[in-house]
Amino acid sequence: MSGKEYNPSEDKLVIGGKEFSSRFILGSGKYSIKLIDAAVRCAGAEIITVALRRANTKESESILDYIPKGVTLLPNTSGARNAAEAVRIARLSRELGCGDFVKIEIMRDSKYLLPDNLETIKATETLAKEGFIVMPYMYPDLMAARDLVSAGAACVMPLASPIGSNKGLATKDFIQILIDEIDLPIIVDAGIGRPSQACEAMEMGVDAIMANTAIATAGNITLMAEAFKQAIEAGRKAYLSGLGRVINRGASASDPLTGFLRD
Amino acid sequence: MDNEFFVDGAHLSESALKKKHMLENNPAMRDDPDEFKAGMEKISSDVSLLVLKEMDSFDPLSYTEKDVRAALAARSASVEDFKALLSPAAEPFLEEMARKASALTADHFGNTVYLFTPLYIANYCDNYCVYCGFNCYNDIHRLRLDYSQMEKEMSVIAASGMEEILILTGESRKMSDIKYIGEACKLAKKYFKNIGLEIYPVNSDEYAYLNECGADYVTVFQETYDKSRYSDLHLLGHKRVWQYRFDAQERALKGGMRGVAFSALLGLADARKDAFATAYHAYLLQRKYPHAEISLSCPRLRPIINNDKISPVGVGEKQLCQILCAYRIFLPFAGITVSSRESAQFRNGIVKIAATKVSAGVSTGIGDHESKYSGKENKEGGDEQFEINDARSLKKMYEDISEEGLQPVLNDYIDV
Repeated sequence: MSGKEYNPSEDKLVIGGKEFSSRFILGSGKYSIKLIDAAVRCAGAEIITVALRRANTKESESILDYIPKGVTLLPNTSGARNAAEAVRIARLSRELGCGDFVKIEIMRDSKYLLPDNLETIKATETLAKEGFIVMPYMYPDLMAARDLVSAGAACVMPLASPIGSNKGLATKDFIQILIDEIDLPIIVDAGIGRPSQACEAMEMGVDAIMANTAIATAGNITLMAEAFKQAIEAGRKAYLSGLGRVINRGASASDPLTGFLRD
Repeated sequence: MDNEFFVDGAHLSESALKKKHMLENNPAMRDDPDEFKAGMEKISSDVSLLVLKEMDSFDPLSYTEKDVRAALAARSASVEDFKALLSPAAEPFLEEMARKASALTADHFGNTVYLFTPLYIANYCDNYCVYCGFNCYNDIHRLRLDYSQMEKEMSVIAASGMEEILILTGESRKMSDIKYIGEACKLAKKYFKNIGLEIYPVNSDEYAYLNECGADYVTVFQETYDKSRYSDLHLLGHKRVWQYRFDAQERALKGGMRGVAFSALLGLADARKDAFATAYHAYLLQRKYPHAEISLSCPRLRPIINNDKISPVGVGEKQLCQILCAYRIFLPFAGITVSSRESAQFRNGIVKIAATKVSAGVSTGIGDHESKYSGKENKEGGDEQFEINDARSLKKMYEDISEEGLQPVLNDYIDV
């Protein structure tokens, strides 16, 4: 990108062949109509995650009724404890008209809600073969990420820290490895608690940020949504521009150490 | 004031009355509470030993202000921190505990409050639990809904908008056998997204059958974890066997249930110790079965038909609030249900601090939803288990929760 004029309209996030201008995705954890409105209007979200188990309701408070037109629905499989259950939920979401996008969440732990990578890989393989655009939530492990790529994932979604913890990039070094080694979009999911953390992840080269609790539990939801939008955009620009060198020792080497060499 | 539990019903025969009095007055007439009855499954588990050991060593008076401050400052509450938060030393810190609990509830559950309603399908009971309105010696109108009556009740409840139901029975295997409860679950599947059970404890293969029929969540109240007190209050029937009841949640999980709920009935024994044991029981089972969803309830004693002297002696609203805050701080991820035993004012306040689930449109009677929901007269209903305090309808509850800035949720479940 350096040397070339930055044009935000050309800088697209591409998932499963579909282009998005926004790099903020609203997660599904905490839900309120106000939050969805803030995410779309103030944070510019074009993808909103919906827990199918909550959308699957008879009455008027279904979250689906509050998703604005033009926003891509990302149903997730929360509630699934293994690959078979995740596959069943994904198929149900398609039957309910939620489209082909699906976020795989498989958890066998009710306390920390940490994802089960092995079962996630299995579900990804099955669903990708069925034509789903599979976005797997995972623990940032390089081997698992490679297996997800082979299984047909459309992106990889490593967690930054435990879901809902707002603790930021606890797994930073491992996410960096995924950024360096995996060719699919890397979307940080879970644990981002502040705009500064979102910005830092974007500076590292993450392609998008998924967040929910950080905005849902803010004192002023709309203001926090705007803050996330700006932080993500700033981080993206910083990444594209190439971060300045970090000088670890002494002053900048304006006089090169090898300047004495004469040939 | 102590509770006065013993009341003689006018309908009791001379021989029944004689047996009742013998059970009440002569402990030697009662069955051995440690002996499993025929058909009761024994599982290999050390959870009860661990709970009893910790509960017995818990001396609420040994904790100080310093311990409470450390517990409030801890990154995550240890078992010792939890004990400190339940202790009298924590009473002056109630507001701080509430603030911490509220923040943790928001972190884990956002602003959502789940709504459900109980459906009692039968009130026959073979046990003599001296504080319970359904006890076999209490002079009440007994009823067991047949399948068409059951379906009528379900359709009335479903028409109100409710999507989660908790099916309850009295504890009589004879009058409400597993097949009967299973059929109730199958019928409920037609009307509701989420079905929980609060029935007498059963074996793991029976839980597996009920799970197949559509139930996914099992609630069992231990009533009190104090074995000696338990033995003094549960004088007759299967329920006399404390251990079989204690192991119910574990058998339910072995049977494939998604989640289990725990509770002591506060006011029967030392509430601090019972609260400790309840949450520690849940904590240990979650560690043993990490996939299990766990939740806690916090009922206090309520008056029953023929005995209005029963009350939650010694467990005031402040103490209940302290217990719920301690639950939340110790188990931030656990659901907490507050039933209609508590007042509207208490429930409105506690959903902002710790509770994640409340009941609405409640009847603890049998077959009377249509009359309660529509005002239509009904003289055929079975009597209630206890008097409720908060009689708000689903609509009113929904409105009240929304007005508090919270999000009522009718369903968060998908059958997989």
